[in-house]
Order: sequence, then C-alpha cells, then structure tokens
Amino acid sequence: MKKDEKVYFYWRKAKNNAMILFSLACVLLALVPLILIFSYTLLQGISSLNIDFFIQMPKPVGESGGGMANALVGTGILLGIGGLIGLPVSIMAGIYLAEYGDNPFAATVRFLADVLSGIPSIVVGVVAYVLVVLPMKHFSALAGGVALAILMIPTVTRTTEEMIRLVPHSFREAGLAIGIPRWKTTLRIILPTALKGITTGILLAIARAAGETAPLLFTALGNRFWSTAIDQPIASLTVFIYDYSKSAFEDWIRQAWGAAFVLIALIFVLSVIFRIVTRSRYAEH
Amino acid sequence: MDVPSDQPQSAGTTQRPAKMVAKDVDAFFGRTQALKKVSLEVATNRVLAIIGPSGCGKSTFLRCLNRMHEVASGTMKGRITLDEEDITSIDEVNLRRRVGMVFQKPNPFPTMSIFDNVAAGLRFNGHHNHKHLAEVVERCLRQAALWDEVKDSLNKSGMSISGGQQQRLCIARTLAVSPEVVLMDEPASALDPLSTAKIEELIYELKQNYTIAIVTHNMQQAARVSDMTAFFYLGELIEIGETKRIFTTPEKRQTEDYITGRFG
Repeated sequence: MKKDEKVYFYWRKAKNNAMILFSLACVLLALVPLILIFSYTLLQGISSLNIDFFIQMPKPVGESGGGMANALVGTGILLGIGGLIGLPVSIMAGIYLAEYGDNPFAATVRFLADVLSGIPSIVVGVVAYVLVVLPMKHFSALAGGVALAILMIPTVTRTTEEMIRLVPHSFREAGLAIGIPRWKTTLRIILPTALKGITTGILLAIARAAGETAPLLFTALGNRFWSTAIDQPIASLTVFIYDYSKSAFEDWIRQAWGAAFVLIALIFVLSVIFRIVTRSRYAEH
Repeated sequence: MDVPSDQPQSAGTTQRPAKMVAKDVDAFFGRTQALKKVSLEVATNRVLAIIGPSGCGKSTFLRCLNRMHEVASGTMKGRITLDEEDITSIDEVNLRRRVGMVFQKPNPFPTMSIFDNVAAGLRFNGHHNHKHLAEVVERCLRQAALWDEVKDSLNKSGMSISGGQQQRLCIARTLAVSPEVVLMDEPASALDPLSTAKIEELIYELKQNYTIAIVTHNMQQAARVSDMTAFFYLGELIEIGETKRIFTTPEKRQTEDYITGRFG
C-alpha cells in the first residue's frame, strides 16, 4: 500500500470504530435507568415480599404486616372489565378499518385513533369520571374499567388493522373464490390468520393499562377493604403504590416498593408471554 | 397415466354447447383498460387455454368469469353468461360456488388442517354433518390425486405439505363446493416440473366432470392440456381455435410470432 492509501485505510477504520463505540455507549446509557429501576425496586421491596403480602389484606393504620391481596385482585378485575369493554370494540373497529376502510371516514377514524393514543391518561380518567362516576354518583370498578378500556382501544384497533392488512390478499381471494361470503371470509379465515399478531397487541395494551394510576384515581378510587363488586370503589396495585408511597409509615413505604416490584414483574411476565407467542408465529411457516 | 396429447380429444370440440359465453367484454381498473371487446365461448367439459404475454389481460379475463375482478375494484362492460344466464344477475357468492378458481400461488388457509381446508367451503356455508364432510373431503382429495399422499395426515396443517401438494389441495378445496366451471390462473407456474406434470394429468381427468379455463405462460402446457386455445395480446383476443390448429397453423401473424417465441 502507498502511504496515502494507508492513511486513508486507518482513518476509515477509526471512523468505523468510533461509530460502533458511540452507539454502544448510547445503548448502555439507555439501559442504565431500566437496570436502576429494576434493581432498586427489588432491593427496597424484597423485604416485604412473602406469601402474606399476596394473600393478606392491608392492616389498619399503625399495625405492621398485612398484604395487598385486594389490590392484586382489584387490578385483575379492572383489567378484566377494561378488556371486556375495550377489546371487542377495538377488534371490530380494526376489522372495519382494514377490510372496509378505503374511504375518507375510515381515514378520519384512523387519524383520531392515533390522536387518542397520545392523549394523557389522566385526561382519559376525567372522561370516565364524567361518563360513569357522575351519573352513578360514586366511584366504581366499572368507571376504572371504562377508563382502561378507552386507553386500550386506540392501540388495539390500530394493531388489529395492521395485522389484518399483513394477511396476504391471496387468502381473502381463496375464501371468496369458493363462495364464502365476505363477512365469513373475514371472521373465519382472515381473523384467525392474524390472531397471533393481534394477541401481541392485546397483551401490550393490557400491560400498559396495568401500569396506569392517573385514570384510576378518580374512577376506581381505591379501596382498603376487600371488594369485588363492580359498582363499588376497588383497590388496584398502582393506586396502592401511590397511597402507600406518600404515607408516613416506614412499613407502608416498604410495602409500596414491594407492590411496585410485583407490578414490574407482572408486566415483565406479560412481555415474555408475548415474546413466546410471536416466536411461534414464525416457527409455523 | 400419460399426458394425453395423442388422445382423440379435439374431435367435435366446436360442436360442444357453450358453458360460458363472453360478448364484447371490456374491463377497467380505474382508468386503465385491461380488456377490449373480448368475445369467446368456453365449451362444456372442455379445457380452454388462454395464452399471451404478461399484461395482456388474460388473468383479468379469467377473473371476470367469476367476478373476482370486483375484489380488486375492477369494472366490466359487456356481457358474460353462464348457462345463458347473465353472471351480473347471479349473486356473486353463488356465482363463485358455480365457477371456482385456483390461483397461481398455492394458498391453503394457514390456520386450518388439510381436512378443514377442503371442508371449508361447505362448512362455512352451513354443512356440519361430519360424515358427509368426510365423504366430500375424501372424494375431492381423490379427484385432486392427493388422497393417497395425505390420507394419514388429514389433521396436519395445510401448510405442512409441499408446494405441489398444496396446489392440489387448493384444487380439492375448489372442487368441494361442486362447481360447474373451474378457472385456473397459472396453476403450475410456481411448481417444479414433476408437480406440474401431476397438475396437468389432473386437468385432463377433471374435464370429464368440469368445464375448465386455464391461463398459462407455458406454451407446451397449453398444447398438452387444452382442447381450445385463445391468444390474448394487449387486452384483445387475437385468435381462438382448436389447440392443434392454433399451434400448427395459426391464422394471425401475432399468434405465430408468439408461439414460435419471436416475442413475448
């Protein structure tokens, strides 16, 4: 190599390595908060993690011990109500956008869904407050569920639409060409084919809803006692964390850390499930 | 079974009554005109091959025959009849049960077993008697010359078999709703030569019971399987006639150029 070429060669190598180092540094930087949150929560919360924490009720103020069984069940019920209301609406809406959405109305809906998914969750809570809490005249699990449903609808609608659009047109044609009516082709052939992708979207939406506090504060409110009635205020993990973390009792603050860890673990487990589901989608072909 | 080019099949072709008749068919996708004044007949229990270079409108014409062009928002002018009934006056779902279609790329339903794929057309139209479905599935898989290869794995995914088998599965699926006409859009172009030979044998068998129209890029295939051949060019029907005659003494210069490989 001539001298000029050599200089150029090393200069190019150096730039390349600088690029790799820079991106790697950014990746590590992005990982720092995640690792800090996870480890710090575990460290602070681990002392309150025991069987009692999961199956016991909160103890009266001043007594130590107790658990958050009601909050765990409450979060489950809230997600259940949210899913029951939100998922059918969003899946059907997604089907409409994908299969019949070639018009200005659908384009508007698509745009509004994107806007809705960017609205702060506390605003969604206010909406649920006006829609459900005011007419019922008290806070309730139902109101919390409605708030979570409104949060789920835009993302699940758009995921459903995208997943249905990914189903090759040839399957649609195959169904129509053997005399299966359009609606049945959509429901019995296209939807099952897209189901795994849609499930992923649903799990992500549920994971997000599970971590919401703001929309629950003035809808489901929270409850120190055992309640599974949907027309009564209900406890949830996030509100439990919120209440306990701002209390003056050391034991409560410790329990808030524990609940936070449980919540993160819950979302983690959901994400792992969604990973497994998506992986099997590719393994099939 | 040999590919039957030497069988006495072409005798009397023109005397057969027409199953489908197209008269002055124009087809459009948006402003693009894909077909210009196409008129031809598809004879009962005969095989019509449609040949021509890419983009000549042959697939579009095939799709017009069971109104699948509407799925791609195409429009049609002119008149097509099935047993002398205008196909635009037949409900499109019923029309497609009578005029089935097999596509270029094998497209078995990915979430269904082999059995369910064949049964789909009947099951989604309200037939749930398992014994009846099992009979139809076996009959159609036999007709599609696939039964012996899959009879022990009917519960396996329709995607788990080879491409050639998938295409025969799609043919069986089409036959299950008892169509009168079967349209095939380059059914063997994605397959290896052995699978292609099997599909061609199958087409010969099927014309005992069905009227068939097949679009193909493969001239030898057209010569082997069809009784009549139509040559399309730039959206127009240039020439139609008995296959033997088209390939030996074409009347039009363009036809001759195409089949001798001078263009296309």
